[in-house]
Amino acid sequence: MTTAGVRIDPPRSGSARRLRGRTNTELYAWLFMRVSGILLVVLVLGHLFIMNILDGGVQRINFGFVAGRWASPFWQVWDLLMLWLAQLHGTNGLRTVINDYTRKDATRFWLKMALYTASAVVIALGTLVIFTFDPSIS
Amino acid sequence: MSTPTTARPRTKLGGTLYRGREGMWSWVAHRITGVLTFFFLFAHVLDTALVRVSPESYDTVIDTYKNPFVNLMEIGLVGAVLFHALNGLRIVAVDFWSRGPRLQRPMLWAIVAVWVVVMVPGAFFMFKHSFEVLFGAG
Repeated sequence: MTTAGVRIDPPRSGSARRLRGRTNTELYAWLFMRVSGILLVVLVLGHLFIMNILDGGVQRINFGFVAGRWASPFWQVWDLLMLWLAQLHGTNGLRTVINDYTRKDATRFWLKMALYTASAVVIALGTLVIFTFDPSIS
Repeated sequence: MSTPTTARPRTKLGGTLYRGREGMWSWVAHRITGVLTFFFLFAHVLDTALVRVSPESYDTVIDTYKNPFVNLMEIGLVGAVLFHALNGLRIVAVDFWSRGPRLQRPMLWAIVAVWVVVMVPGAFFMFKHSFEVLFGAG
């Protein structure tokens, strides 16, 4: 009902209207953080425990160690899964941080572009290295 | 005797789920440990990618990590990742478990306890080699 030509929308009708025709990207991002997080607890904590404690830490690491490890498809799949999930999880986390703290649209845009570029490079490079690793490289 | 006005803001903050006190500080720590891990992952994928260049370049870079200072940073990283993992599981419990929101505070102290129980022996075994290098009988 309008009185004296003044129209007052019911509470939250603006956001309800905006919701129509929009996607659920943020919902999927929220869900992805929880699902990938649970998987990463196993993958990353397992990786840290094996590498830093069971296998004696960085003291033991050299090219031969990596070659021995990636000779097994199990560790290749483990590392590939960990790379993708961790990088996407971290990228979405930093996207949230950037959204929270940037004030100017331009700053927000360029920080996110830098983030997405870095992310794409890490995922592409990491994947390439796992798939094309050559233990007999000279 | 204290006046009722002094007690009011505290009740207001303590009554919300995330804002103020442990809920907020765990959120702050989650952000800091997450951003820290993101930047580490970036460096970690780049240095590991050197296995695709040559064994020598990989070994040269990895050798720069083999000292007590970097070892301390590794322990810090493991501590940060472990907190992020445990607190992440707590967030999942708050979001998906019907009793989660009510138990968010005891769950935080529970994960802090787990963190201490894991980190004390974890840091001991991770620093063992560095300790021998620094103080061990030659």
